[in-house]
Amino acid sequence: MLLIKPAGFLNLSWEQRRKLTGLLFVTPTVAFVTVFFIIPLLMTIFMSFHDWPLFGERAFTGLENYQELSKDRQYLKSLDFTFRYTALVTPPIFILGFILASLVRRNIRYIGIFRTIFFLPVVIGLGVSSLLWVWMLDDRIGVFNKILLDLNLVPKAQLFLGRPNTAMNVIILSVVWKTVGFTMILLLAGLQAIPDELYESAEVDGAGYFRKLLYITLPLMRRFIALALILSVIGSVLSFDQFYIMTRGGPRNSTISIVFWIFNNSFTYFKMGYGAAMSIVLLGILVALTGLQLYVLRERE
Amino acid sequence: MTAPVIEAQAERTQQEIRRLRRRALLWLRYLVLIILALLFLFPIAWSFINSIKLPAEALAAPPTYLPSEISLDNYEELTTYGKIGIAQHVYNSTVVALITVLGSIVLSTLGGYGFARFSFPGKNVLFIMVLSTLMIPFQSILIPLFVMIVQVDLHDTLFGLALVYITFQLPFGIFLMRNSFLAVPHEIEESALLDGCGSLSILYRLMLRLVLPGIVTVAIYAFINSWNEFLAALIFMSDQDKFTLPVFLTTIRYGIWGDVNWGALQAGVIVSIIPSLGIFLALQRYYMDGLMGGAVKN
Repeated sequence: MLLIKPAGFLNLSWEQRRKLTGLLFVTPTVAFVTVFFIIPLLMTIFMSFHDWPLFGERAFTGLENYQELSKDRQYLKSLDFTFRYTALVTPPIFILGFILASLVRRNIRYIGIFRTIFFLPVVIGLGVSSLLWVWMLDDRIGVFNKILLDLNLVPKAQLFLGRPNTAMNVIILSVVWKTVGFTMILLLAGLQAIPDELYESAEVDGAGYFRKLLYITLPLMRRFIALALILSVIGSVLSFDQFYIMTRGGPRNSTISIVFWIFNNSFTYFKMGYGAAMSIVLLGILVALTGLQLYVLRERE
Repeated sequence: MTAPVIEAQAERTQQEIRRLRRRALLWLRYLVLIILALLFLFPIAWSFINSIKLPAEALAAPPTYLPSEISLDNYEELTTYGKIGIAQHVYNSTVVALITVLGSIVLSTLGGYGFARFSFPGKNVLFIMVLSTLMIPFQSILIPLFVMIVQVDLHDTLFGLALVYITFQLPFGIFLMRNSFLAVPHEIEESALLDGCGSLSILYRLMLRLVLPGIVTVAIYAFINSWNEFLAALIFMSDQDKFTLPVFLTTIRYGIWGDVNWGALQAGVIVSIIPSLGIFLALQRYYMDGLMGGAVKN
């Protein structure tokens, strides 16, 4: 009792000291986020209204950059390409991710090893995995052509990355390999959250695999599905490494993503104001997607 | 035979059939799993196999399936590759990764503790500000970051790149560490507070041990993400001596040093895969904690 009294007496100044201490603890973090996130964000907006070369005079140009965007054919092509890529890469990642998650769901023996193996490529950088795949896909020394030729499945070596259609397909293949483990783990968490009793009682009622899938599995894990889909879509919209490394944007500039085109304008041609305007558009797309994510995740509570 | 006996027998056969079916399905599941696992492992295994071929054989068109002779020459070639050899680039990547890990741990721990355990004016606003940066993809702020880093002469420095990477890690790190601190019961701290310990010494002597799993998770993500990152490293480093590993390997692929040396490239791929795979395999549990925590972060 005696010990607590003085503490109570000092309460006011002690509380204030606590407040100050708390503020001091978060200051470095808040400073970092302000300097490296908030200010750059505001600067992107500011720069997008300027003609901003790396060196030399910059000039206020108002909405000129944005007007130029609507006339920039490569930019529109990049937008179109990025969305097409996203639309094509998302279903295989999701479907294979779901199949893998279903396969590794039950805790049978050695299942941990399989989960780990399917997840391994996620830990490898996308840049490095692209370097690996571009070599496997090479027409002369690539292993895919070797196997296809040995099995007589193709008459002659294929230039997989040399034609727009096949380039898209093989890049999708490489990205599915690299990222499907992530989707698998998310969906696995969703599957494991469904109580077994539900399936058992459905089986008693005579429900088959597809009925259980349709009426139990899919509805009950819809926020995991939504999360997996949205994260996968966000990743695809922001993709750069695979195109920069595997096709260098070719053939005939057919695989230049939005981020790639921003990169080219800002860091090759050093039209940084113009790049900033494109970044704002990209940011708008991403904020809309994240907003959708927040909305979907909120529903559950 | 009477009816009940026949029924019992039918029942037994039925059970037997069901058991056999379940067993067959299990074996089928393993078969599918093994085939898929081999397909998933193939690219990494193939890269490794080629990295230990003789350099000439690694360049053979069409390729050989198995090395005629095992050799480390591809790795040796890497040590003198380009202008300076791979050692410098491994060093660059390592230094950047270590600064990123250290910075992320310190800032996330301090911030996480502050947000979890103290109340002060503006706390919620600041916390939402930090978290909202999770919505901003770093790709969209690279241009001003570049302008700023050039302005303060930190471009082409490992430290400058690490600063950028620390920032990318912070929102996730703070969120994770705040949750770690929130999970620690209040009583533990209160008794220490009554004993007259200062906040910093409570954090250092008492709390750090309790939130260690969170710290390990932050460290793993900081390491793997900075080790693998490509776009920012490509933009912020123009001096070849400062290239991180992925950027250096890309210069091999683009044939900047003459013909593309695929054998050396695959040796480089293996060198850059090993640290992240090793850390992941050793600390998988912490990695998965972060994945689930991060994915349902909002």
